[in-house]
Amino acid sequence: MSVTGIGAAVRRKEDRRFITGTGHYTDDINRPGQASIYFIRSPHAHAKIKKIDTHEAARMPGVAGVFTGEQFAQDKLGNLICGWTVLSKDGSPMKMAPHAALAAGKANHVGDAVAVVIADTLAQAKDAAEKVVVDYEPLPAVVDPAKAAAKGAPLIHESAPNNTIYNWHLGDADATNAALKNAKHVTTLEFINNRLVPNAMEPRAALAEYDAASGSLTLWNATQNPHVARLVIAAFVGMAPENKLRVIAPDVGGGFGSKIFIYPEEVVCLWAARKVGRPVKWTAERSESFITDAHGRDHVTKAQMAFDGEGKITGLKVHTTANLGAYMSTFSSAVPTFLYATLLSGQYEIPHIYCEVDAVYTNTVPVDAYRGAGRPEATFVVERLVEAGARELGVDPAVLRQKNFVKKFPYQTSVASLYDAGDYHASLAKALEIHDYKGFAKRKRESERNGKLRGIGFATYIEACGVAPSALVGQLGAGVGLWESAEVRVNPTGSVEVLTGCHQHGQGHETTFAQLVADRLGLSIDQVNVLHGDTDTVQFGMGTYGSRSGAVGMSAIVKALDKVEAKAKKIAAHLLEAAEGDIVFKDGKFTVAGTDKSAAWGEVALGAYVAHKFPTSEIEPGLKEGAFYDPTNFTFPAGCHICEVEIDPETGEATVVSWTAVDDFGTVINPMIVEGQVHGGVAQGVGQALLEHTVYDDKGQLVSGSYMDYAMPRADNLPSFHVDTTVTKCPSNPLGIKGCGEAGAIAAPAAVMNAITNALGTELIDMPATAPAIWAVLHKANKMPRAA
Amino acid sequence: MAAVSLTVNGKPVTADVDPRTLLVQLLREHLRLTGTHVGCDTSQCGACVVHVNGKATKSCTVLALQLEGANVLTIEGLAAADGPLHPMQEAFRENHGLQCGYCTPGMIMTAVDIVRRKGNDLDDHTIREELEGNICRCTGYHNIVKAIAAGARAMRGSGATSRAAE
Amino acid sequence: MYAFTFHRPQTLRQAASLLAKNEEAKLLAGGHSLLPTMKLRLAGPPQLIDLSLVEGLAGIEQSGRSLTIGAMTRHNDVNTSPVAQQAIPALAKVAGMIGDPAVRHMGTIGGSIANNDPNADYPAVCLGLGATIITNKRRIKADDFFTGMFSTALEPAEIITKVSFPIPKKAAYQKFRNQASRFALVGVFVSKRGSEIRVAVTGAGSNGVFRVTSFEEALKKRFSPKSLEGMSIPADGMNSDIHGSAEYRAHLVGVLARRAVAEAIGKSAA
Ligand SMILES: Cc1cc2nc3c(=O)[nH]c(=O)nc-3n(C[C@H](O)[C@H](O)[C@H](O)COP(=O)(O)OP(=O)(O)OC[C@H]3O[C@@H](n4cnc5c(N)ncnc54)[C@H](O)[C@@H]3O)c2cc1C
Ligand code: FES
Ligand code: FES
Repeated sequence: MSVTGIGAAVRRKEDRRFITGTGHYTDDINRPGQASIYFIRSPHAHAKIKKIDTHEAARMPGVAGVFTGEQFAQDKLGNLICGWTVLSKDGSPMKMAPHAALAAGKANHVGDAVAVVIADTLAQAKDAAEKVVVDYEPLPAVVDPAKAAAKGAPLIHESAPNNTIYNWHLGDADATNAALKNAKHVTTLEFINNRLVPNAMEPRAALAEYDAASGSLTLWNATQNPHVARLVIAAFVGMAPENKLRVIAPDVGGGFGSKIFIYPEEVVCLWAARKVGRPVKWTAERSESFITDAHGRDHVTKAQMAFDGEGKITGLKVHTTANLGAYMSTFSSAVPTFLYATLLSGQYEIPHIYCEVDAVYTNTVPVDAYRGAGRPEATFVVERLVEAGARELGVDPAVLRQKNFVKKFPYQTSVASLYDAGDYHASLAKALEIHDYKGFAKRKRESERNGKLRGIGFATYIEACGVAPSALVGQLGAGVGLWESAEVRVNPTGSVEVLTGCHQHGQGHETTFAQLVADRLGLSIDQVNVLHGDTDTVQFGMGTYGSRSGAVGMSAIVKALDKVEAKAKKIAAHLLEAAEGDIVFKDGKFTVAGTDKSAAWGEVALGAYVAHKFPTSEIEPGLKEGAFYDPTNFTFPAGCHICEVEIDPETGEATVVSWTAVDDFGTVINPMIVEGQVHGGVAQGVGQALLEHTVYDDKGQLVSGSYMDYAMPRADNLPSFHVDTTVTKCPSNPLGIKGCGEAGAIAAPAAVMNAITNALGTELIDMPATAPAIWAVLHKANKMPRAA
Repeated sequence: MAAVSLTVNGKPVTADVDPRTLLVQLLREHLRLTGTHVGCDTSQCGACVVHVNGKATKSCTVLALQLEGANVLTIEGLAAADGPLHPMQEAFRENHGLQCGYCTPGMIMTAVDIVRRKGNDLDDHTIREELEGNICRCTGYHNIVKAIAAGARAMRGSGATSRAAE
Repeated sequence: MYAFTFHRPQTLRQAASLLAKNEEAKLLAGGHSLLPTMKLRLAGPPQLIDLSLVEGLAGIEQSGRSLTIGAMTRHNDVNTSPVAQQAIPALAKVAGMIGDPAVRHMGTIGGSIANNDPNADYPAVCLGLGATIITNKRRIKADDFFTGMFSTALEPAEIITKVSFPIPKKAAYQKFRNQASRFALVGVFVSKRGSEIRVAVTGAGSNGVFRVTSFEEALKKRFSPKSLEGMSIPADGMNSDIHGSAEYRAHLVGVLARRAVAEAIGKSAA
């Protein structure tokens, strides 16, 4: 391992601009003549839009245009789409209702945009917006997913009877029912996987510009995947041909999934820029983010786990109702199905699993992938059941897990996933050791002496990352392939540009991708630049989500590097007047095997461009290669997280006092960055478990619509974490990488809730386990200690 | 419109602004100092923290007109453009105290202020409490806490403080 | 924000006359309650009268048995003032528990009290110490000043100039934070000055800050957490929202009062 090579904790190349305030996020960019756009949004969860009067607004100072959903509809633009088709049990396709970027006729959630004002300044646009009169006829709303499909519930979309999008299932129902029937013990739990608001710190933003001379549009957009945005806006919305639309994703301040999707605002900005003939900029205000960014999770689940007399799991049956909100967001259909049910085997050998998922519309913000996307929900189901099962059977939860772990790989689960490699015993054992599991009883007694309750909880999670083999996801209904692209461009002086279809918004690709290339070519990382996020410079790519950039994006780079090296060897052979087969490339040097004749990387690069010393009829001049890499399988990162909490029974307040994470991410390129990803993921998971409470009232108003009411994890809500790894290499990609971006968020909610329920001695508490919620449980159980 | 004169990063600035202009708008839109960010509309996230007369201040919650004659320091002015980084900036980089970088300018400006008030030896507990007004969604704070402790130590003897505080 | 004109008077008299002339004008102190509401267009005063240049409004001084704090004194200045720390350590400590460091650099005691947010900390301190609020017109006892959530006894064109606190023998504050806003979900301030015992509660009541006379009576017998053992207050009249039920808030009042008394007498609660 060199100081900057694979496995080195290289400090990040991109940091300099962020720590000096010279990064460029979308809102930092300004174009000449730019106007501001303000979205007028429905204050009702469900309402007919009877009439919109824009006359007075149009005459307000600074106003360049006022447009309504009706006008948008008149321009015959297409709808936003959900790109992944899921079929119901009966084979019928999911009910994807039309989703116009500006609502006309009916608004379906609080925040649904119905009109826009464009003006010189944002203040003017807001002033004018107050003069727009929208005549709404409020309709009854449905908010609770459990009630959405019930008789008499208000119907949101004509095309989706009973507000039902699909009734989907996976697995063998009969075999699973039989397993439950024959079980020695069945553990049953019902839970709510709480709805979350993603809250990347940079609010979403879009800046659109129309160039009349060329007829082309440019969109600067806080997005995780510029190419897919361009594809959808060009091909489905029909805003402009793909070659007349450039999408640039500059620095992006966090995504966590919420910036994968194609949203109404960027579409409307493009449309409006052409209409007013000026660049148009929109930046969400946080209260706007709360009611427009796709939310996460929101499952209601009942699950049963069957055990035999030896404590072996014999079956798992799960029924989930998934709330997808008012419209189907870009990938929403896949999250509670293919990204969820396929992981229900956890780290265990479970011979029979059956899962049913009913997806419904409600009058709430659309729900889509949020860090982990389906996999945290699956982990929560499995890990809560295993922990509760262990308690009911009177077995140490670590021991019950060990008993059921998958031991032989590859392992075909009963829910389609084929686990390729792992060592679950190793990560559990290491975590138990680091955490001092043996010392828990003593720590618990100490807490009790101080009047506190203490609990410990595990999550031995699995996830499927590195999305994904294109043919496989195609069979499952995906509208796109999930390969990744790379181009390696060697300059005459030997420095390198890497163009990747991935996008970074915190992950540090500019460093890790450079490490990979520098390591391979024997360069310093300063000689390698990573370019991404601009459809005009980068070949088509699929973007960054699902912990795919390492496993898929870097594999594409490896493929391109293979080609570069092969060609460079050919050129070196000519330069060194040797046979191509005798050329060895090592440490940035081409050597003729068995001799001391050599050429440095830079000489060969220059030689490639000078093109004097090789026949250009056989070898093209230049040194630049591209590759598309399609993975052969998902990757399966797994690990063990242990959480310890202390509860103040008088107030109900739970504090996470220690955290141990031992993860197997396969090959680690940069351990510093990987640890950072784990920290961030765990924090989000702890947030879900203890703090983040998305509350709609029954009229569909988002009660927790700002940081005044939605509790974000802050520094004092969290401990420092003990993070470590074990390694089994992933056999399905050349680097052996599994991916690390989501693990923390997947493991943490289950680990926290297992610890809380351990401390409380009851399984009956939902997330978020806030102080009043915990107090209510203790109070009801009359477990209140006498006041001191 | 109303006129306001102040010092920003050591340079005198005069601007003619709509009275409802916030300091953060003056910085970002008039002066094009876009290192100061906006992450919320309830004055809670701290992405916008700058120093006003040497003290950490949320620039989203002060009017430009309130700052007549004030001395404002932003992330862009923390270290001289051609000089070495401020020890706190260096510490954030060294300790991987940032991921997407959006909260970072506010974090660093807050951190320098913590050192001014609490000294160079900061324990984790103090740092975590002092960060109540700064939200980060990426890092889980672990490395931010490490960075601030290290940056605080490095500031001792480096002579680096907040320029406006001098 | 809605448009407004901005005034920066130099004297109290100028400020008062500007305020008297413009019925809908608002005073601007630290701006950390007013500006957020204006930004969200929940308030739209046509005039703002900035108090920051008005002389004599900031400062902390002790005279005899009382501590006087100027209306424009920032939370951070109260928190770090040796005079305040010496005279009423509990008060200085509360100032350091308000919001975050940046908020404390701007927010003022006058603004906090005039605003009378039902979850704010200073109103509990004023009521819990029996403070006197001094305006450009008169002196108002804390017991008469806080008249319900976001409402006070202040008349139009009345400006708080100082707050005067009698120095107690013992005092302490316990705050249980709302994890989202970090304001007090419930906060209890207790004090003992001679035979006068005060227990003031913020955050819990649906009508703003209030005193708990039953606790005060119990503590008169003996100023000890034991005197409050098993006591709580009825849930009627408590706030109930997504952050906590009325029962929970009522329960916390008891818990925090016991802990505050314990802190005041220098013992750990629990
Ligand atoms: C993120 C954040 C967190 C906070 N956390 C807390 C907390 O935990 N606890 C807490 O108590 N507070 C908290 N606050 C509120 C903060 O303390 C405010 O600063 C304070 O409530 C108002 O003081 P101000 O000086 O900022 O007043 P301003 O916002 O300027 O004014 C508030 C109101 O008082 C009026 N006013 C101001 N001065 C006078 C005067 N001298 N005479 C008459 N009327 C006057 C104004 O006209 C206005 O109506 C928080 C605020 C923020 C932004
Ligand atoms: S933008 Fe200033 S605190 Fe969030
Ligand atoms: S680094 Fe992204 S919000 Fe802090």
